[in-house]
Amino acid sequence: MVRITRAIDFSASLRYRRPELSDTENHELFGPAAMPHGHNYRLEVTLKGDPDRVSGMLLDLKQLKEVLEREVVARFDHRDLVADTPYFEKEIPTPENFAALLYRLLEGVLPRGMLAGVRLHQDPDCFVDVTAPGAER
Amino acid sequence: MTRRYWFPAAHVLRSEALSAQENVSRYGKCANPHGHGHNYGLEVSVAGEPDPRTGFIVRPEAFDAIVRDRVLDRFDHRLLNEDPLFHDLVPTAENIALVVYRELAAPLAKMARGRLVRVGVVETPRNRFDYEETA
Repeated sequence: MVRITRAIDFSASLRYRRPELSDTENHELFGPAAMPHGHNYRLEVTLKGDPDRVSGMLLDLKQLKEVLEREVVARFDHRDLVADTPYFEKEIPTPENFAALLYRLLEGVLPRGMLAGVRLHQDPDCFVDVTAPGAER
Repeated sequence: MTRRYWFPAAHVLRSEALSAQENVSRYGKCANPHGHGHNYGLEVSVAGEPDPRTGFIVRPEAFDAIVRDRVLDRFDHRLLNEDPLFHDLVPTAENIALVVYRELAAPLAKMARGRLVRVGVVETPRNRFDYEETA
């Protein structure tokens, strides 16, 4: 079995806000993240499997790039995660929740069993891993 | 989730069980008695399910405070050999990872969701050391 990892970069704005709470309460709960802010995200996507015997590839990286452009960049790059996407009406866009969402989106479109995990870097000093069961990295 | 921190610190690789010459032959230039230093990178990983309300596995400020109080304030700009934690332990990066893991395990265990799973020490851009407790 081999693993391959491809990274993409995108930037988005967000804020942490529970709609049932006041601005003051949100600020107490989330600190500065309750204010509108943004991140340069880097997403590393790791695939696992056996290379095709003819092509020698697990998945054509060009194809993977197209999937990432469509599923991730087109949806989130230079968008507001809360206002411009339907995913954070109930969930807070913490890197934990965002990484789990990206994992689910990619798992739904990649060949079954191929996604080993995603690593979402929110900034150079914080990242979140979401891995397929049994595929700890 | 992994958060990364930095602390510049000095150390000398010297085992009290060995003679000066044996230390030099084992640790080479790392045994320089006056010490040497690194900008240590420290990675601390916790695993768990995010809180449905806040989306956090651990609150970043609370997590940072624990790492700062237990490790960074203690090691930052210090000679690690002088710390009681390294009284019987050569402060190699392997042992730093082990010691930090043990220092953080108890306070992090009190947090509701996050479970400490890994401590990584990045000694130089070419050397990193990870400590994980096997189940």
